[in-house]
Amino acid sequence: MKTKKKTGLLATLWQYRVAYVYIAPFFILFAVFNLFPMISGFILSFFRWDGLGPMHFINIENYVNLFKDVLFWKALRNTLFIGIIAHIPILLGGLVLAYILNSKLVKGQNIFKTIYFMPMVTSSVAITIIFQNLFGYNYGLINWVVQLLGEDAVNWLGGDGSLIKVAVIIMFAWKWIGWNMVIYLAGMQGISSDIYEAAEIDGATHAKIVFHILIPLLKPIILFTLIQSTIGMFNLFTEPFVLTGSNWGGGTNNGGLTLMMYLLNKAPQGGTAYGYASAVAYVITVMIVVISLILNKVTEDN
Amino acid sequence: MKALLLIFAAAAVILIVLSMVHPVGKKISLYVILIAIALVMLLPFYMMFVMSTLSTSEIYSFPPLIWFGQNLVENFKNMVEAVNLPRAFLNSCIVTFSYTILVLFFCSIGGYAFSVYDFPGKNQLFAILLGTMMIPATAGIIPWFIMMSKFGWVNNFKALIIPGCANAFGIFWMRQYCQNNVPRALMEAARIDGCSEWTIFFRVIAPILTPAYASLGIMNFVNQWNEFTQSLLILRKQRLFTLPLLLRSMVSDRGTDYGAMMLASTCAVLPLLICFLCASKFFMDGLTAGAVKE
Repeated sequence: MKTKKKTGLLATLWQYRVAYVYIAPFFILFAVFNLFPMISGFILSFFRWDGLGPMHFINIENYVNLFKDVLFWKALRNTLFIGIIAHIPILLGGLVLAYILNSKLVKGQNIFKTIYFMPMVTSSVAITIIFQNLFGYNYGLINWVVQLLGEDAVNWLGGDGSLIKVAVIIMFAWKWIGWNMVIYLAGMQGISSDIYEAAEIDGATHAKIVFHILIPLLKPIILFTLIQSTIGMFNLFTEPFVLTGSNWGGGTNNGGLTLMMYLLNKAPQGGTAYGYASAVAYVITVMIVVISLILNKVTEDN
Repeated sequence: MKALLLIFAAAAVILIVLSMVHPVGKKISLYVILIAIALVMLLPFYMMFVMSTLSTSEIYSFPPLIWFGQNLVENFKNMVEAVNLPRAFLNSCIVTFSYTILVLFFCSIGGYAFSVYDFPGKNQLFAILLGTMMIPATAGIIPWFIMMSKFGWVNNFKALIIPGCANAFGIFWMRQYCQNNVPRALMEAARIDGCSEWTIFFRVIAPILTPAYASLGIMNFVNQWNEFTQSLLILRKQRLFTLPLLLRSMVSDRGTDYGAMMLASTCAVLPLLICFLCASKFFMDGLTAGAVKE
């Protein structure tokens, strides 16, 4: 192209106008709808504001109240519990299923993949409605099976509320196992089969192949799914909300209360504590960033 | 839960023994595992279809009915009376199609510009773009909502369509594709022929990008079609409800016909599910593209 001339900013912009116009939509939309809300959210978290009247600067009072709120800790515990426990079947199950489908022993790979992946194109609300029925105390299919096995019916969604989390975990594992499986399978297919064959000739067992060859090679992909689901965990809202019949408290004894539900219930949905809700949003954001960084660090070190 | 654990343990032992005795036994036990999980995955869908043909009292009966009943027509009548499903379907289509088309347009021109043009600040701007992907959008959710109400975008599809339609991931994705697939020689040839930059993009480049459009399109389409949280905050009027909101509203209303609700769920889920089953490989590649390529 032309040699660079000493020109003003406007002249530069004009000279390369096509490129700047093409990339402008992203930067404009990001500035208006992301950056500006993020900054004002941070400022707002130091104010008391009901959305209409004057704003009162209250220093860090929102954060102090937040950490003093029993319900916040309950929501945090619930969110972490659901997120961590649900990852066991999703990660391990996804890996095992991908490994089975990747072995030459079974056929019909695409049929199984398709079936396992079906929940991913289905609305979470619809899925939750069905599961709400399957978990029904007096009529649900799951309790029917439980009773056939000679146990008492389990009050999944009621009782003292402690089993709502388990119900969410079961639903979550059911939904996400196929997604992880398909991603891991794609990763495994990217690994040359020479490596397996060499390992098998050397007499390596399946367990050895999995732990010493596959998992280290798949680490970037596993990390990606983990970071994605960490973000998903902190935004967890639809499933427990619909499962408890649109209960903003998360059902009996706040058993299904998640951080996102707690946040939205402060404002704008349940109340009008906009400053307080902004503080909650920032605490959630910091946790997401910190956990992502830790995950990155852990996988880099090994 | 002792019985349940016992059954699982017994099944596991049988499978392990089988697979150790003989290679065929191994094959069988792998199939048993795969098919058992496949059945678990299919069961909720099957029950949804079954329950849309049952009356509410049949759904509440115990032991649960696991075969189709005769109440489909009745459920359909009740569903039509209770909710405006076609309207919700139309709303979902409006939001999802306009969002997806805008995403494809803005992200492809953005990614293309980052890939083929040289301009001052290009690397810095691209670094900023990548950086924005690290920050969770949760941070600004409250001011975002206030902004929507100040704009008068509450109860307006614009709030769901405009803010995210030029997103960092899409531009990143399109740039990667352009880097590998756009032939510079072709652009030069078109330039010599006197084509403007717009014409070059729309006539020459855009057709080359079709596979990237397909992946990015399917990814955004499915996510937007099933989106719930933002829609719940923004769309508060019944006539604006998208399909997920409509289904939710049927749960929370006391005394809604359970059979009708299951039928509505079936109607809401089926179109996308059928598309998926017809082109499952295409869908799976598109939806997991972001994860697999990185």
